[in-house]
Amino acid sequence: MSTGYAVLTVAVIALVTAALRFLPFLIFRGKGEPPAFIGYLGKVLPYAIMAMLVVYCLKSVSVLSKPYGLPELIACASVVGLHLWRRNTLLSIAGGTIIYMLLVQLVFA
Amino acid sequence: MKKYLKTAVIKTLPVMAGYMVLGIGFGIIAQKNGYGILWVLAMSALIYAGSMQYVAVSLLTGGASLLTSALTTLMVNARHLFYGISMIGPYKGAGKYKPYLIFALTDETYSLTCTGDYPEGADKHKYWFLLSLLDQTYWVTGSVLGAIAGKAIPFDSTGIDFAMTALFITVFVEQWKTTKNHIPALIGLGASVLCLLIFGRDSFLIPAMILILGMLSGGKKIIERKEGGA
Repeated sequence: MSTGYAVLTVAVIALVTAALRFLPFLIFRGKGEPPAFIGYLGKVLPYAIMAMLVVYCLKSVSVLSKPYGLPELIACASVVGLHLWRRNTLLSIAGGTIIYMLLVQLVFA
Repeated sequence: MKKYLKTAVIKTLPVMAGYMVLGIGFGIIAQKNGYGILWVLAMSALIYAGSMQYVAVSLLTGGASLLTSALTTLMVNARHLFYGISMIGPYKGAGKYKPYLIFALTDETYSLTCTGDYPEGADKHKYWFLLSLLDQTYWVTGSVLGAIAGKAIPFDSTGIDFAMTALFITVFVEQWKTTKNHIPALIGLGASVLCLLIFGRDSFLIPAMILILGMLSGGKKIIERKEGGA
C-alpha cells in the first residue's frame, strides 16, 4: 500500500471511530430514549462482531496443506483453556502468543 | 486538581497494566509490518481504539480498500455508540472538557467513568478528563515503547501477530461466559465462516458484516425470546 493511501486509511479509521463516539451526543442530547432497535443491536452486535474478528484473524490459515492449521488450533485452544482457567486477559494473550511463536518457529518450522 | 491526580492514577492502575501490555503488542506488530514509531504514535493519538488498531495494521498490510476500512471500523467500533448513549447524562455540562471526554471514551475509560464515581469535592468533569487523559497516555506510551522495542530488539518475531487473535478470542470467551444467549455469537461465527468460504479471504468482510446485520435484524424476535428466557 502506498504511503498516501495508508495515511488516508488511518484518517478514515480515525474519523469513523470519532464519529461513532460523537454521534450519540449530537443526535440524542438527552432528548428521550434512542430507538429500541438501536438498543437491541447494541446488545447483540458485539458478540457477533467478536466472532467475526476471530475468523478474520484466522482467514489465512490453510487446513488443506501442511501443517493443516495445527499451530493455530493448538494456540487457540491454549488461549481458551488459559482464559477459562485463570480468566486473566493478559495471561491468556501472552501465553497463547508465546505458545504460537514457539510452535511456528520451532515445532512446525 | 493536583490532589486528585493521585486518586486518578490509583484508579487507572488496572488500565495502565492492560494498556501498556496491549499497547506494546500493538507497537511491535505495527513495527514488524513496516509501520514504525510515527505511524504508531499517530494511530494511538488519533484513532485511540485498541482492537481496531490491531485490525488497522492488518487492513494496511492487506491493502484493504477505503470502503472496507470504513465499514470494518463501523462494525468493530459500533459499541462506542452505546457507550455514548449512556454517558449523555453524566457528561452533560462538561464544557471545555466535553470534546476530549467524548473522543477518549474507550472501553476501559468507559468502565471507569460509567460508574459516575469521583472524589468528594472534585469537579467531576475535570476529574474524568484527568482519568481519560491518563488512560490515553498509557496507551500512547505503551504502543510507542512497543514500536521502539520492535525495532531495537532483533528477535525472531514470526508468529507475534497471533497476539491479535488471542486478544479477540479472550474477549469472545469473556462474552460467552457473561451471557446465556449464544445465538448472536454463533451467527457471527457462522456468517463469517460461510462468507470466507464463498468470497475468499480478501473480500469476505463486507458480505459477512451485511449477513450478520441481516441475520441479527431478521432473527430479532427469536433472539430476544431467548434473551427473555435466559
